[in-house]
Formats: sequence, structure tokens, C-alpha cells
Amino acid sequence: MSGKQQAHGIGGLTFDAKKRHWPNEVNVFGALVLIVAIFEVLGQILMGQSFLFDSAGRFDSIFNEARLTIIILQVSIVGIIAIGSTQVIISGGIDLSPGSVVGVTAMVAMSFAQVAQVNGNANPTAALGDWAHDLPVIAPIAVGLACGLVAGLVNGMIIAYTKIPPFIATLGMMVAARGASKWWTAGRPISFPTENYKALGAGLTPVFIFIGLAILFFLVLRYTVYGKHTYAIGSNEDAARMSGIQVERHKVLVYTIAGLLAAIAALVLSSKNLTAQAGMGVMYELDAIAMTVIGGVSLTGGRGSIVGTVLGALIFGVIISGFTFLRLDAYYQEMVKGVIIVAAVVLDQWRQRRAGTR
Amino acid sequence: MASDLQTNISGASAPHSGARIGDVVLRTEGLTKHYGGVHALEGANFEIRKGEHVAIMGDNGAGKSTFVRQITAVEQRTRGKIWFDGREVQFEGPLEARHAGIETVFQNLALADDLNVPDNLFLGREKTFWNFLGPFRVLDYKAMRAATMAGLEKTAVKIPNVGQAIRNMSGGQRQCVAIARTATFHSKLTIMDEPTAALGVQETAQVENIIRTLKEDGEPLILISHNMRQVMDLCDRIVVFRRGRICANLRKEETDGQDIVAYITGAKTQPEYADAT
Repeated sequence: MSGKQQAHGIGGLTFDAKKRHWPNEVNVFGALVLIVAIFEVLGQILMGQSFLFDSAGRFDSIFNEARLTIIILQVSIVGIIAIGSTQVIISGGIDLSPGSVVGVTAMVAMSFAQVAQVNGNANPTAALGDWAHDLPVIAPIAVGLACGLVAGLVNGMIIAYTKIPPFIATLGMMVAARGASKWWTAGRPISFPTENYKALGAGLTPVFIFIGLAILFFLVLRYTVYGKHTYAIGSNEDAARMSGIQVERHKVLVYTIAGLLAAIAALVLSSKNLTAQAGMGVMYELDAIAMTVIGGVSLTGGRGSIVGTVLGALIFGVIISGFTFLRLDAYYQEMVKGVIIVAAVVLDQWRQRRAGTR
Repeated sequence: MASDLQTNISGASAPHSGARIGDVVLRTEGLTKHYGGVHALEGANFEIRKGEHVAIMGDNGAGKSTFVRQITAVEQRTRGKIWFDGREVQFEGPLEARHAGIETVFQNLALADDLNVPDNLFLGREKTFWNFLGPFRVLDYKAMRAATMAGLEKTAVKIPNVGQAIRNMSGGQRQCVAIARTATFHSKLTIMDEPTAALGVQETAQVENIIRTLKEDGEPLILISHNMRQVMDLCDRIVVFRRGRICANLRKEETDGQDIVAYITGAKTQPEYADAT
């Protein structure tokens, strides 16, 4: 027996200290640093300026704060959805509906957030009657959250109790919710929210909401029974059931929370854009799933963390910002994002196989 | 759920009706499970006493695992009665059976590969605080880890790092973790469904040593196994299932491997079970 292997237990089992490995989040952070470094080098070579550091020569700042702010601001809304997607995927499921839920929630919530008059005239985009104008901000928030809750609850109930694969159930919700968002005003946009509603998405508020929710769900997934059961169901649903976990009820809760997070994203997005349109949130679900996968959340369930998802979101933000910085067309971004998503899944599969043969 | 039926526990239909009432830990009467038209288990009368290790043997599909699933309420029985610890019971689910004191090491281990040892040991019955938070009550990791170490120590299992995920452990270690649950929760009855089926020689020896520890502690055990040597070595009594029915109930000292194989294959049937099979 080698010096590094020690015998333990009555069966003489060995433990090889060399096979201990660091958390996957460290790998994701390494990837983030690498991507930033690549843009930094390309920026210096192609553009003659720094991607990360302040080129203005100011003494009070080392980093390019404006760029860093943009990076996190542009991923914060999809990042909120990604938090919901993270816990859904950890539980062994998938949710294709949040983008459409964002669309319908934004439309419905904005209908209750409109002012009665614009420049002394009646609001030209009024979706509902006078009774729905100039309401306290709690009204559109409550209505919006209710929309997300109902969508998530329906997803969860269908998946848990009809045993339909989550992919199909949430695909149905994706199509239905998008239809509902178009039906709500026959496709017309809804604009002119109240000042209080505007505050939900103003400035860096989306970033604070994203970070706040990320911290909350990091704690929930790591330190509560809810989190542990979510991991257990994704890891081995039969084992979870045999251990007495009420798997169906838990799944309903997981999808309901994902719906609520999509609703929060919708409120922030419609507030930030000062308008709601039926096409809002298209492809958000795929971006959210991509962030989680890049962040090391396993599509087979049971593994991953909110920290990884936040890092995955930052990688997304850096790529978008980096391509803009290099003045490359947006379609290159899409292609590179696609390659990174596939690479992340291939890496995950490889890590699983390696773990299996260890 | 429970009705006191101590007087009924010495019922005439049980194979070992002479057992002292206080000694009987588990007794089933006419336990039956049908899946549609498939009669997976039919009229199983069975009992086990304190300190007794009983093997359940039979061919694949004989009804052994189905029998265990009815006792542990992983499935709900079609009909029949179960008495456990002096009371007639109708468990709503596996958690209730575990709370009552029945610990099961399932064939597929029932472990979550991505969770660590304490998380698996306490899966479904976590130690928590701030319980007013409902599903979001906070896990008491410190208490669970301490109880895990105590449970592992009791079964003489040493796992180098209980914080590592189960997937990184060997088959033997995983099996030991599953068995260590019984020690951690001071069960009144342990059921093991083919605990060494997927293990190597060394790991099998380790698990068998743990089973001997249970015997020394006087803890009753139902062991489902195909391994004749193991059964003859570790158990006091052998109950043979065939086509969903019990066909023999044999004391170890009154039988041998060849005899048991004859019951398993249908070449022999005990006279008292002739009608049943």
C-alpha cells in the first residue's frame, strides 16, 4: 500500500487523499477568469485598450466600473430566472416556460401599474378601465406574483401528478403562456407605469434584487430541508421516496417557486423597460438554463449550486460585453454561447463518467 | 392506525404460533399483494422474534422483495394484517414504518449518490431547528454529523471522510452507510434486501461482520439473500418463497443447502404449506 493510502475500517478499505477534489464552482470561476483574460488580451491587441481595467487613468479606480456594472446589470434579470431554473434542474427536472411566463406576467402586471393620464390626456395604451389606474404599487406586484405562482403551480401539479415529463409539461406552458400574453391586449404593448412601479427596475435595482435572491436561495438550498430534499430527489428519486420524502408535493413547490421567480423577473423587466410587450422574455428560459449548465449544475439532477449559477451568469455577461467591446456582431455571440453550452454539458458528462470510474 | 391486539399475536395461522407474545417483533397474516392480474404475494404468514435472524430465500420473482415492500409500506398491501411491536399496524408510507422502528436496506440501497453520509442517514427525518418555517426549517448539521459518527462507530464502520458524496465511495462503503442507519436510529427490526449482491469478497465480509454485530446486540434481522453460505452462517431460520407464497419455514440446524434448493425449485414443499403452493 502506498504511503498516501491509509487503511480504514474492518474491511481494510483504502482512502486516497489524492482523489479529493475541489468544488466544481472553483472550475467555473477559473473559466470566468480565463474568458476575461482572453478578452483582455484581445482588447490590448485588437483595440489597443483594456477590457477589465480603467483606461482613463483615474486614481480612484482600478477596474472599469462602468463595464463591470453593465456586465452584471445585463444578466441580472435572466439571472433571477436562472435561480429558479437551478433548483428545478437540481431536482431532476427542466422548465421551458419562464420566458413565456415573463411575457404574460409583464403584460398583466403592467395593466395594473398604469397611470390614468399622460401629458394631460388619457393613457393611450390603457389595457383596463379607469379602476385599474394609479393603483398602489403593491397591486401590480401582487397580481404579477399571482400570475407566476399559478403558472408554476400548474407546471408542478402536471409534472408531479400526471407523470408527464417536465420537458413536455413546461413546453405546453411555454406555448400557452405566450398565447395568453398576446391575447391579453390582442398584441398591443402596455406602457406608462406609475413612478413607484418604475422604481422596481430603475438603476441598479435589478442587480440588488438578483444578488439578494441569489444569497437567499444559496442559503435555502444549502441549509434548509427544502434544499436537501431538492438535491435528494434529483440525485435518486426512488431513494427519496423510500426515505419518506413527499416527492410529488416537493416538486409542486419547486416549480411554483420557479414560477414566482419568473414573475419577479417580469416585474423588474417591465419596470426597467417602462413597457410590457407580448414578446417579452423570448428565449430567456434557454439563456437561464445555459447559465445554470455553464455554472456546473448537472442536467441529470442532484448537483450544482447557486454560486455556480451566478458565476455562469457572469460568464454570460462577460461574453456579451466582450463581444460588444471587440465590436463583433451579435450573431457571433449567439454562436459562441451555443458552443459554450454544449462544451459545459460535455464537460459535465465527462466529470460524471470520471466520478463513476473512480 | 394501531389497535392493541396482543392476544391475537399467538394466532394459530402463524408458522411459529408457540412464540411468547412479548418475543414477537413482527407478524404478518395473509399478507397479499396483487398488481392487476399478477399475484406477486399471496397469503404470507410470517413472524420474527427479538434477537432472531431470519433469512428469506427464493428464486427471482418469488415474492421476497414484494413481501418487504408491503411490510415497509413502500407499497400498500392488497389485503392481510401486520402486527409490529405488539400492535396491528397500517403504515401510510415508508417514513411511518421507519419512525415505528423498521429500518430497511433496500436492494438498490436507497441512497442519494450526490449527498454525503449524514445527509443520507437522516434523509426524510432531518434534525432541524426553526421548525416554524415548515419546509424551509433549518438543518442542524452539527447534530446530524455527531449522530452519524456515533452510528458508524456502533457498527464498527470507519469512513475516512463522511462529508464526501456517496458517489465517491466504494460499494462496500455505500452498503455500510445504508446499514449504519439501523444503528443510528436504534431500530426494532432491520430488513436487508440482498445487501451483498453487488459486493466483492472483502466488502461482503465487512457487511457480514456488521450483521454479526447486530446479532450480538440482540437486534432482529430479516435477510433476503441468494447466498446459501451467508444464510447458513448468519441466520437462525430460513423461510422459502415460491411463486408469491411461503413454501417452507426451516430451522437452520434441521436443514442444509441441498434441502433449501429443493424447496426453492419446487422439488419439495413442507406439508403445512402444500395447500398454499
